[in-house]
Amino acid sequence: MRRELIKFALFAAVVLVIPATIKGGYLLNVLVFVGINTMLAVGLNLLLGFAGQISLGQAAFYGLGAYLSGILTATYGWNPWTAMAVAAIAVGILAFVIGFPILKLKGHYLAMATLGFGIIIYIVFNEYVDVTGGPSGFSGVPGLSLGDLHFDSDLKSYYLIWTMALLVMLLAVNLTQSRIGRALRAIHDSEVAARVLGVNARLLKVQVFTCSAIISGLAGSLYAHTVTFISPSTFGFHFSVELLTMVIIGGLGSIYGSCLGAALLTLLPEFLRTFQDYDIVVYGLLLIIMTMFLPGGLVQGFELLWMGMRRLRPGRAGRNA
Amino acid sequence: MRKLAVMWLALCLVLSAGAVLAEPLRIGALFSVTGPAAFLGEPEKNTLEMLVKEINAKGGVKGQPIEAVIYDTTGDPTKAVQLATKLIKDDKVVAIIGPSTTGETMAVKPITEKEQIPLISCAAGIKITDPVNAWTFKTPANDHIAGEKILNYAVGKGQKTFALLTVSDGFGASGREQLKTLLAKKGLALVADETYGPKDTDMTAQLTKIRASSPDAIICWGTNPGPAVVTRNVKQLGIKIPLYMSHGVASKKYIELAGAEAAEGVMLPAGKLAVFDKLKESDPQAKLLKEYDQAYRKAFGVEASTFGGYAYDALQLIVGAVQKSGASPEQIRTGIEQASNLVGVSGVFTMSASDHNGLDLSAFEMVRIVAGDWSIAQ
Repeated sequence: MRRELIKFALFAAVVLVIPATIKGGYLLNVLVFVGINTMLAVGLNLLLGFAGQISLGQAAFYGLGAYLSGILTATYGWNPWTAMAVAAIAVGILAFVIGFPILKLKGHYLAMATLGFGIIIYIVFNEYVDVTGGPSGFSGVPGLSLGDLHFDSDLKSYYLIWTMALLVMLLAVNLTQSRIGRALRAIHDSEVAARVLGVNARLLKVQVFTCSAIISGLAGSLYAHTVTFISPSTFGFHFSVELLTMVIIGGLGSIYGSCLGAALLTLLPEFLRTFQDYDIVVYGLLLIIMTMFLPGGLVQGFELLWMGMRRLRPGRAGRNA
Repeated sequence: MRKLAVMWLALCLVLSAGAVLAEPLRIGALFSVTGPAAFLGEPEKNTLEMLVKEINAKGGVKGQPIEAVIYDTTGDPTKAVQLATKLIKDDKVVAIIGPSTTGETMAVKPITEKEQIPLISCAAGIKITDPVNAWTFKTPANDHIAGEKILNYAVGKGQKTFALLTVSDGFGASGREQLKTLLAKKGLALVADETYGPKDTDMTAQLTKIRASSPDAIICWGTNPGPAVVTRNVKQLGIKIPLYMSHGVASKKYIELAGAEAAEGVMLPAGKLAVFDKLKESDPQAKLLKEYDQAYRKAFGVEASTFGGYAYDALQLIVGAVQKSGASPEQIRTGIEQASNLVGVSGVFTMSASDHNGLDLSAFEMVRIVAGDWSIAQ
């Protein structure tokens, strides 16, 4: 556990120093979104990487958080922080309620059910025009502020969102190192065996589903208050799949992997812009290559690199002597 | 020797710096060139590139060449926000053209307003310029102008009760809202109000319901391919009620999709570009539309579309403003606001502090489809 904490502290230090090392406002703006995506990917990873339960409806929780926060503040004039808390709780309750029937399903059926849920919520955003503004979106969401500190620049948003993201990561690291984390991994490997050993698999699955939904809802609220505008297209099926890709590319079951995956999928299109019209092709190729040669995700890649370097070092020393 | 080389290099640098022409005027553009709204973004991008080349070949604006920095938003509001930041912070543009859709524009608007960069949107949603913000403009005519054109024409034909069939996306939702308000204002009756999904392939259920309410006319509001399906379904069901379409399908593509036979007699308000060869010589836009269409055909091998025209007008507004007031974002903003009688593709623009669209009813022409082609509706 202590080692994990040191690792986390190092990571957090790097994240907090990054803004000082980059110039140009644009990259910072993209990094804000990397933070939001990291939260979402970590949330999904808890469910997929640890408990082994797939969800193709994460974008719906993300969207619900965003819309609830947006509507409560812009339409009803609530305080953004209260709205954020209420939105997170509401999303959590919803996930808890639908979790029981949905998580009884396994494999493809679970994927289908969560997919269906995601689509239903998407349709609600689109069609409930009087409340959500429909397909043309919902504007006028106020920004966040703490006393006199208004989070209105990219730098301030960066620190706000990454503080949240780091808290979520800390929570996730903690969770996976605990008894619950071990129980989740047991469910992943064999649900029957886990139950025989006294793990309440059904409840635990619903709990981790709820936890991941709450994280997504929080990310949604942060998105709404940072961008100050929301529209359904951000929360469609496509985004659920993108999140899944982030988690898989990063490395299933690795919290830092999720962060890497989120960073890669958010930043890569920006760097590929130099390829102009071919950027999508290059993007696709890169993803294929990565999944082919690093099935364990980017984290596995780093581990291999680390081990390779360790093996090289004594060899070189020997030659010198 | 080394010293000499360094000096030589320095000399080269100084010389080459001197040889560089006047600093270009950097204009940013956000178009959804790929993704679901590619039908908007592609002609917009093509038009802008073509026009910039043309202007630079003629010596630029006040001797200053234009450099267009164009990014593809893929129709995603989040990406549009990031790219708008990139245009402002990294590329240091003086004005931004686009984005292509209302959703993206609403997402980008708070940023350009905060950073005080003029934004000339190529999206039609009325929310963009109502309420007016000093820094936000748009070139497509408001939906309610097209709606009013239809209703004025219909009233002239003695039609009093209407059925609406609108698509459930941004375009349809806005059209539905505007039409309902207009109907109420004009004291006309709304007898059926149906919607369909953007990907639906059969609207007979909605049309059967509409037929049961026996309206004097049906108004369908959507972009391809939905309205083409509606048109075919209307013929299949043998409905004889007059059918109006929105300006969203004012391209030959629609007639192609629906089939000339099914589309016969359908009426719609079209931007003048669709019927430029049928306009009177005296029409102020006739000459410009013809030139634009010819240039576009020459460069890309297809006919020019209304959507490309949105980008055309946006650049013209910026160029006009630079010529009149100057090249800083503030001067461009003031210049655009003062534009008056500026002939463009979408219409004749006269902006003011309270009107950041600047188009009126004359931007549209009511057309009827006859034998697979447009004809001015009488």
